[in-house]
Amino acid sequence: MNNGWKDIPIGGVIDKPATARRYKTGEWRIQRPVIDREKCTNCMQCWLYCPDMAISGSLDGKRMKLGEFNMDYCKGCGVCAAVCPVSAIEMKPESEFI
Amino acid sequence: MPVKLTVTGAAAVAHAMRQINPDVVAAYPITPQTPIVEYFASFVSDGIVDTVLVPVESEHSAMSALIGAAAAGARTMTATAANGLALMAEIVYIAASYRLPIVMPVANRALSGPINIHCDHSDAMLVRDSGWIQFFTENHQEAYDFTIMATKIAEKENVLLPVMVNLDGFITSHGVESFEMLDDEVVREFVGTWKPKYSLLDVEHPVTYGPLDLFDYYFEHHRQQEEAMKNAYKELPGVFEEFAKISGRKYDFLDLYKTEDAEHIMIVLNSTASTAKYVVDELREEGKKVGLVKPQVFTPFPKKEIQQVLNGRKSVVVLDRAMSFGKEAPLYSLIKSSLYEIASKPSLGSYIYGLGGRDVTPEMLRQAFEDALKGNLIADEQRYLGLRE
Repeated sequence: MNNGWKDIPIGGVIDKPATARRYKTGEWRIQRPVIDREKCTNCMQCWLYCPDMAISGSLDGKRMKLGEFNMDYCKGCGVCAAVCPVSAIEMKPESEFI
Repeated sequence: MPVKLTVTGAAAVAHAMRQINPDVVAAYPITPQTPIVEYFASFVSDGIVDTVLVPVESEHSAMSALIGAAAAGARTMTATAANGLALMAEIVYIAASYRLPIVMPVANRALSGPINIHCDHSDAMLVRDSGWIQFFTENHQEAYDFTIMATKIAEKENVLLPVMVNLDGFITSHGVESFEMLDDEVVREFVGTWKPKYSLLDVEHPVTYGPLDLFDYYFEHHRQQEEAMKNAYKELPGVFEEFAKISGRKYDFLDLYKTEDAEHIMIVLNSTASTAKYVVDELREEGKKVGLVKPQVFTPFPKKEIQQVLNGRKSVVVLDRAMSFGKEAPLYSLIKSSLYEIASKPSLGSYIYGLGGRDVTPEMLRQAFEDALKGNLIADEQRYLGLRE
């Protein structure tokens, strides 16, 4: 983000194959999900419904286990909190984390 | 040895394209551009060029196909006119901002509506801020020559901008006239081979074209486009010089006709310059000190050259074949702003002429000159030549 106009490739060319990994969309967020691990049943509904793959999961034996929420990509849409059947996810204002 | 051909301007341009032998041409027919690509298509079907000709379903697709091809590393060309250019406009901007050196002859025609297919410069003016280099050509010879030079300037490493070669619809595109065609090998050597810096087909060095730019870098990329235009302005004299060596025809930003001692100057683009030269000759015979300036390079606008030639003159009349409703006419406003800082300002007059193919007679141009000779010019008044009152 700090490169001046003389330093960047012309025409918007990215001299690498296509990827959006470095495009950190989490900057848009005004509220963030906070999970209560005590309530979480690892049902993985939040992981399934996250529109941005900002929630990770892993296999724990034969069952899935909820991983981390990636704040680089989480836009704070709140879908995860809305679909959680046990209300383990609470959306909190981003201002609380400054 | 160069040969003289007596053909239409469309054929002259098609011959330039044949000699350049681009890798890809994608085009859609629109009057009066159609014969350019028709002639070129016959060269393709006869196996004279090895170009891939893509018959698309609209001009929007034509330019889109070329962007894909140019990003893949191909040398690309198309041609269009008027509403075709308008439909293409979205992609015209993208071609420039992706810095793809596409060359496009435009057979200038009125933009509808009401429906009109005849010569006028409203199409070229529609895209004057799109980031393309824009040449304007008076006749077959210039349309042919500038198409060849367009390829050269577009592909300069410090330029990499698309180029539009404007020629007057019907008057140049369909009119038959003699022009001198260079040898195929001479043109081939002049344009050389195109080696793009980035190519989508280079799988060893994969790149991404057309990412989201938003507020992150859009501003910086546009600043780069401005720099490329400045570089084009610096590189063009070298291209003119090199072209003079192969052709004996030396071009410049401005074509000056009898301007050395002229007190009154007319400025006009494209084919009307021929009529204007005739009128200049007539007035010279009557002892009037008049001259003509025909900008051949419109973008990058040769402001310095305009200032030098107009400084100290008594009066200047600017003729526009397009209107800029509610504002000053496009060429006139550029000339007027160029003169803001010169030491000795001439009086100025703005004249609209020839819209929608309205015939331009020597009498009309004489009328503009006579206003200048009488000292009857008002800088803020737009006047009309050949309009029924």
